[in-house]
Amino acid sequence: MPSNTAPSAGHYVADLEETPVGAIDQVDSSQKARSTWSDAWDSMRGRPLFWISAVLIVIIVAVAAFPNLFSHTDPARGCLLPDSNGGPEAGHIFGFTRQGCDVYARVVYGAQASLTVGLLATVIATLVGLVIGALSGYYGGAFDAIASRIGDIFLAIPTVLGAIVLMSVLPVRDPWTVALVLSVFAWPQVARITRGAVLSARNADYVTASIALGVSRFRILVRHVVPNAIAPVIVVATTSLGTFIVAEATLSFLGIGLPPSVMSWGNDIGQARVSVATAPMVLFYPAAALSLTVLSFLMLGDVVRDALDPKARARR
Amino acid sequence: MSQEYTLSSTATADTSANAPLLQIRDLEVGFKTQRGLVPAVRGVDLTLHAGQTLAIVGESGSGKSTTAQAIINLLPGAGQVTGGQILFEGKDLTKLSSAAMQDVRGREIGYVPQDPMSNLNPVWSIGFQVEEAIKANGIAQGRDARKRTIEVLKEAGLSDAEDRLKQFPHQFSGGMRQRVLIGIGLSSRPKLLIADEPTSALDVTVQRTILDHLETLTRDYGTSVLFITHDLGLAVERAEQLVVMYKGKVVEAGPSAEILANPLHPYTQRLVAAAPSLASRRIQSARRPETTDQLDISSVGSADDRLIARADARESGTHQDLIQVTNVSKVYNIRKGGFKTDQLKAVDDVSFAIPKGTTMALVGESGSGKSTVAKLVLQLESITSGSITFDNRDVAGLRGKELLNFRRRVQPVFQDPYGSLDPMYSVGKTIAEPLVAHGVGDRASRQARVRELLDQVALPASTVNRYPNELSGGQRQRIAIARALALKPDVIVLDEAVSALDVLVQGQILNLITDLQAELGLTYLFITHDLAVVRLVADSVCVMQKGRIVESASTDDVFDNPREAYTQKLLEAIPGAHFQFGR
Repeated sequence: MPSNTAPSAGHYVADLEETPVGAIDQVDSSQKARSTWSDAWDSMRGRPLFWISAVLIVIIVAVAAFPNLFSHTDPARGCLLPDSNGGPEAGHIFGFTRQGCDVYARVVYGAQASLTVGLLATVIATLVGLVIGALSGYYGGAFDAIASRIGDIFLAIPTVLGAIVLMSVLPVRDPWTVALVLSVFAWPQVARITRGAVLSARNADYVTASIALGVSRFRILVRHVVPNAIAPVIVVATTSLGTFIVAEATLSFLGIGLPPSVMSWGNDIGQARVSVATAPMVLFYPAAALSLTVLSFLMLGDVVRDALDPKARARR
Repeated sequence: MSQEYTLSSTATADTSANAPLLQIRDLEVGFKTQRGLVPAVRGVDLTLHAGQTLAIVGESGSGKSTTAQAIINLLPGAGQVTGGQILFEGKDLTKLSSAAMQDVRGREIGYVPQDPMSNLNPVWSIGFQVEEAIKANGIAQGRDARKRTIEVLKEAGLSDAEDRLKQFPHQFSGGMRQRVLIGIGLSSRPKLLIADEPTSALDVTVQRTILDHLETLTRDYGTSVLFITHDLGLAVERAEQLVVMYKGKVVEAGPSAEILANPLHPYTQRLVAAAPSLASRRIQSARRPETTDQLDISSVGSADDRLIARADARESGTHQDLIQVTNVSKVYNIRKGGFKTDQLKAVDDVSFAIPKGTTMALVGESGSGKSTVAKLVLQLESITSGSITFDNRDVAGLRGKELLNFRRRVQPVFQDPYGSLDPMYSVGKTIAEPLVAHGVGDRASRQARVRELLDQVALPASTVNRYPNELSGGQRQRIAIARALALKPDVIVLDEAVSALDVLVQGQILNLITDLQAELGLTYLFITHDLAVVRLVADSVCVMQKGRIVESASTDDVFDNPREAYTQKLLEAIPGAHFQFGR
């Protein structure tokens, strides 16, 4: 113990009352427990952009699921040629197409096909890419070499060009086949990102610790590596949903996506093209709906990326 | 704080001729967060006279680095000075415009950052980076700048400076990079040099040469030095003045030797008591039912009783080598461009044995192969030649169930408490993981075991639902220890398990593992670069150098009569090795 001799002139000691000494390394239980996901949620919750995009997406999904709630006009029937390219009137606020169909009703009913293709393509591409990317990143070796080269081949083909060729061979053209064709060219990107994230998570200390604890290799992949590598994949999935909707519209516009019998924004834009000079609004409305939808998903992707960015996460 | 004090070692009063070089008055720094302004420095006063060396010591989060960054206005984004003055030669640095501050920075106040690995830009050559600093500070231009660059590097202790100009940071060792950074910091002959943990990332022997060199240079140039450090030994050895910070406030200040020999503030007393030095003795288990986490390093009285008890236990026949490592080597093939490979002998003919219930420390500098030995013992890497036996069974080539059984009995605790816990796993899930992996018990019994383990490592049961990012380094290391204990192992391999922790927390963890050893009869392989810590926990020591064990003996023998020159050098290099701390 130190002696109680008085300090020399230059020796300053703070007032004990002002600087009380606390317990060493005590757990701060003042705040509630936070996981990575609840942290991400807290970060998203505070951003207006998240709420704007979320509300828009909820509305778009509701329109796609229950179009009859949003439009009393059945767009498939009641197209009267006298109304061709007619302007807005009571009950038909967006006016009429060249065929005399109600533009508002077509935009509302077109949401379903566009969104279905976007969601399906996202789910398929993400699942396939995630599994292949995770396996090749984690196990490496021959599987990695082969899977990565196959992925490179698909990445080298321009999506629209490849999709045109594939779509023209397929006997059926419906939202499922369009989504499948789009995911054929999209999974390698997801696989690449997953592979990279898995490669860095694989070498983390907690993985070594789990091996030494006796956890099996596959269990480590599923329980530790993939959950820690999933954040960038979610971000890519959210943003790519928008691009899939655009891709569907592109294909339908070119006449090789969804058949004309299926109402979709791409088809409507394609059909409106011929009368764009005389009735530009017929083109404008489906195009605006498409842009708004894509924008909503891109904004959400942006917010999700910020929330899941490990650098933005607090490390105390 | 209202009390004014002076750190002048001379008794002369502040005359204008003897005005302090740097005077900080009532400095307050806060960080803007979502929850408002969080204070980091709360009313700090300090005075530094020309030619003096002053050290600020404190644990992480004490505000010591923030104070240093505030002086040269390099606070990270959200930080801002919210009050007080920083007078440098009489002018208030907090009032300067950023352009005026730029002139002070580098030219009048030099800065040596903490991490030599990340503070040099990897895409530019060393020469370019030194020259850039010289030009930016207006010391020389054009051809003169190049000449001056070579001079600076020579002063920094790089003898072949001309050849090294064109080299890149990755071609330099950590020590050489720190020499370059010191060279940059001193290139314009500043009046003050701020060195923020300049040698924390380096080996002790390298640390010693770097600090010796820094001392020579600053003495020659008459530069004042402000050290930021967590190491009391370094402070007392290198600085005449000391400021102890705790939670953003100065708790004690004055001549360093006096403070550390006679600490008066309870916090300083704690720090001094926990500082491991060559004079320390092994911690004995101090576990009593009512006091579970008492710091008991300072009581040395009954050490002899404990040693006698241990000796008795050994003679009574319970002594048995649990782990035997015999002539083990590990060779790595390193790819060298094209199809050529080089062989690297990381571990070279290493042999040792650890008796049951004891602690063996494996000590060495970075690259000595000590961590590779840990991986070999843990069966995370296969051995190239030799044998490792555990409980009289050869562990090489264990497969399936046998390997699982081995893993159950030999558990690891790794160095980085931030990396060794899965950030997506709650504490409860992390500790239960080995139980799940080995199929021990059902859900309810596992939960009960987790609570029991948390209690053993002195963490509240409410920690179960928390995530690693909410816990401090020491708390995370406790979780890692609890996870290692879950399967009731016989051996725990502690790979630099306390190296990343503050000295007080380190003391706590060392106490904890000593208590657990007494309670559960554990055998430890304790791997560290820090000899001072070894004395606190180990029964025997092996010193490694370049993959080989150069000395192997009981802890007291190694410390009191080191035979090998290398061991002596390591012991000598411990900062403040011979300082008698007041305890």
